[in-house]
Amino acid sequence: MKRMSRKHLATPYVFWIICFTILPLIYIAWYAVSDGDGGYTVENILAIFEPVHWKAFVLSIELALICTVVCLLLAYPVVLILRRLKIKKKGTIVAVLILPMWMNFILRVYAWQVLLSDNGIINSFLGMLGLPSINIINTPAAIVFGMVYDFLPFMILPIYNSLMEIPNDIIEAAKDLGADGFTIFRKIIWKLTLPGVISGITMVFVPAMTSFVFSDILGGGKIQLIGNVIEQEFTTSMNWQLGSGLSIALMTIILLIMALLQKSNQQTKGNNMIW
Amino acid sequence: MSDNLLELRGISKAFDGKTILQELDLNIKSNEFVTLLGPSGCGKTTTLRIVGGFEKPDTGSVIFNGEDITALAPEKRHINTVFQKYALFPHMNVEENIAFGLKIKKKSKEYIKDKIKYALKLVDLDGFEKRKPNSLSGGQQQRIAIARAIVNEPEILLLDEPLGALDLKLRQDMQSELIRLKNELGITFIYVTHDQEEALTMSDKIVVMHRGLVQQIGTPKDIYDEPCNAFVADFIGDSNLLKGKMLDDRLVEFLGERVICVDEGFGKNEPVDIVIRPEDVEINEVGKGIVNGVVKNILYKGANYEMTVEAGGFDWLIHNTVAYPVGSMVSLYVKPFNIQIMKQMDESEMILDEDMENETYE
Ligand SMILES: Nc1ncnc2c1ncn2[C@@H]1O[C@H](COP(=O)(O)OP(=O)(O)OP(=O)(O)O)[C@@H](O)[C@H]1O
Ligand SMILES: [Mg+2]
Repeated sequence: MKRMSRKHLATPYVFWIICFTILPLIYIAWYAVSDGDGGYTVENILAIFEPVHWKAFVLSIELALICTVVCLLLAYPVVLILRRLKIKKKGTIVAVLILPMWMNFILRVYAWQVLLSDNGIINSFLGMLGLPSINIINTPAAIVFGMVYDFLPFMILPIYNSLMEIPNDIIEAAKDLGADGFTIFRKIIWKLTLPGVISGITMVFVPAMTSFVFSDILGGGKIQLIGNVIEQEFTTSMNWQLGSGLSIALMTIILLIMALLQKSNQQTKGNNMIW
Repeated sequence: MSDNLLELRGISKAFDGKTILQELDLNIKSNEFVTLLGPSGCGKTTTLRIVGGFEKPDTGSVIFNGEDITALAPEKRHINTVFQKYALFPHMNVEENIAFGLKIKKKSKEYIKDKIKYALKLVDLDGFEKRKPNSLSGGQQQRIAIARAIVNEPEILLLDEPLGALDLKLRQDMQSELIRLKNELGITFIYVTHDQEEALTMSDKIVVMHRGLVQQIGTPKDIYDEPCNAFVADFIGDSNLLKGKMLDDRLVEFLGERVICVDEGFGKNEPVDIVIRPEDVEINEVGKGIVNGVVKNILYKGANYEMTVEAGGFDWLIHNTVAYPVGSMVSLYVKPFNIQIMKQMDESEMILDEDMENETYE
């Protein structure tokens, strides 16, 4: 009896998943393989290999990779320092670090447009100090800038969680056995935070790979990422079949990458945690 | 130069302004099994952490082999620790855990392999090389933690309540195993426990601590037979603790009776604490002892009977091989040399101790 009622509790959730995740996916998959005249084709999916699309796809991977690496390089030391701090309110500091997450996403990107533009606040400030201005708006650098700013919290949180889970006496045990700081990092801390790192990479890389807002706003519409291509197929070109085909191709490639990452994670630790 | 392997000289330590250790002095010789014994929160772990290098004392120094190592980092000391909560590396299997220290010391593969085999045999866990810590029971993890420490051949092995989490049977097995290990390896052990029985059976030397102060240092026999104050007497074994007054040399008064004893050198009419062990109280016919009383309670305890006798307004705890029925009138007698007389402890210290024991420490 009890089990029955518990199962009922999950019903709305299952309903939600079917309506908003599974059905749209099936719909997109169906669009992807239909040629618009009632027939079936794989051309829409293979269109990812057409030079225009492939170029956008490769650039997306590059920028997403750079963004992920920068996020990791920024987040990891911050979290390490946080652990060392001997204060009780570490949670508050983390909350401050992830505070921007609670602000509207599009607003934040527009804010960066204002800040980074050629006559923007940053350049006026640099001018006041007599420094040369930086012209990065409408370049890939500006896009990465915006992405790093937006996605950094998603790197910090999982790493923070996995680092805080390491009991202090394990670190002391390593010292006791003669390990210096670097050895402790390499053999203990890095290994034990790897699940968090992989979750962080997943949560930064995937949205960075698929987003089109950053390139729209900070790239000045001149830089085409795969997200932009797909968006335009759905909006301006109204070619839903091609848009769906590219989406499915993109999704497949991302899932493959994630599967590889998870596998490398499982080899180091028998624990698969998606955050 | 002294032949002490380790000396703690005037160690004091405070946390958040609260004094935890006060002027602690301790000398440990090579090959000794030294036990730090005391109630929870008395500073045992803190003392051990200072020896291991994980905590710096506020004052005082740690001397190892005649060298001051107070400021030396833990990874540079020839001392290894078995932590209270095992602290095995969760992502490494048993073999990798044990090899950790040896790899850092850049020992050869052959050497490491031999050592792992030897250590696992020693702790009776051969065949466990590939197991992960989370697949082991508490006792097995504990033994791996011991194996991981001893393969480094430390001069001193620190053990912080290593058997605390084990059930009685396993604990007794491990106690004899540890003693065997110690004899086989010739390592100096510093052992922390709050279990007085464990301390009495295992140690060469016991350090009784209370509220950051060393109360008494001695062999198990010294500590049991000649406790230096009421705290030690009360903490070690069962005892009858009485208040009394020293009337003269070799004459003490308690429960309103004048009794002959063997202690001298107290002031005239000085108030004293008196300890009488339950097995030292003899039961005689009425009138042929120090005080008369009535048997209130009797329990069969295997080797002997444990009785409670109310006499002179005090409930005496008595161990005797002969049973006396409840309600029978008896007289109690104690031989002069079995009456332990000690300077009185500050009343407040005893009361505070009860508070400390009720608090829970991590
Ligand atoms: N890092 C610390 N910061 C603040 N107080 C501490 C710290 N470490 C220990 N203490 C305090 O010092 C006192 C002694 O602690 P310690 O761990 O040495 O006790 P112990 O004798 O090992 O007790 P137990 O038998 O419960 O393990 C306790 O009151 C504890 O709260
Ligand atoms: Mg302790």
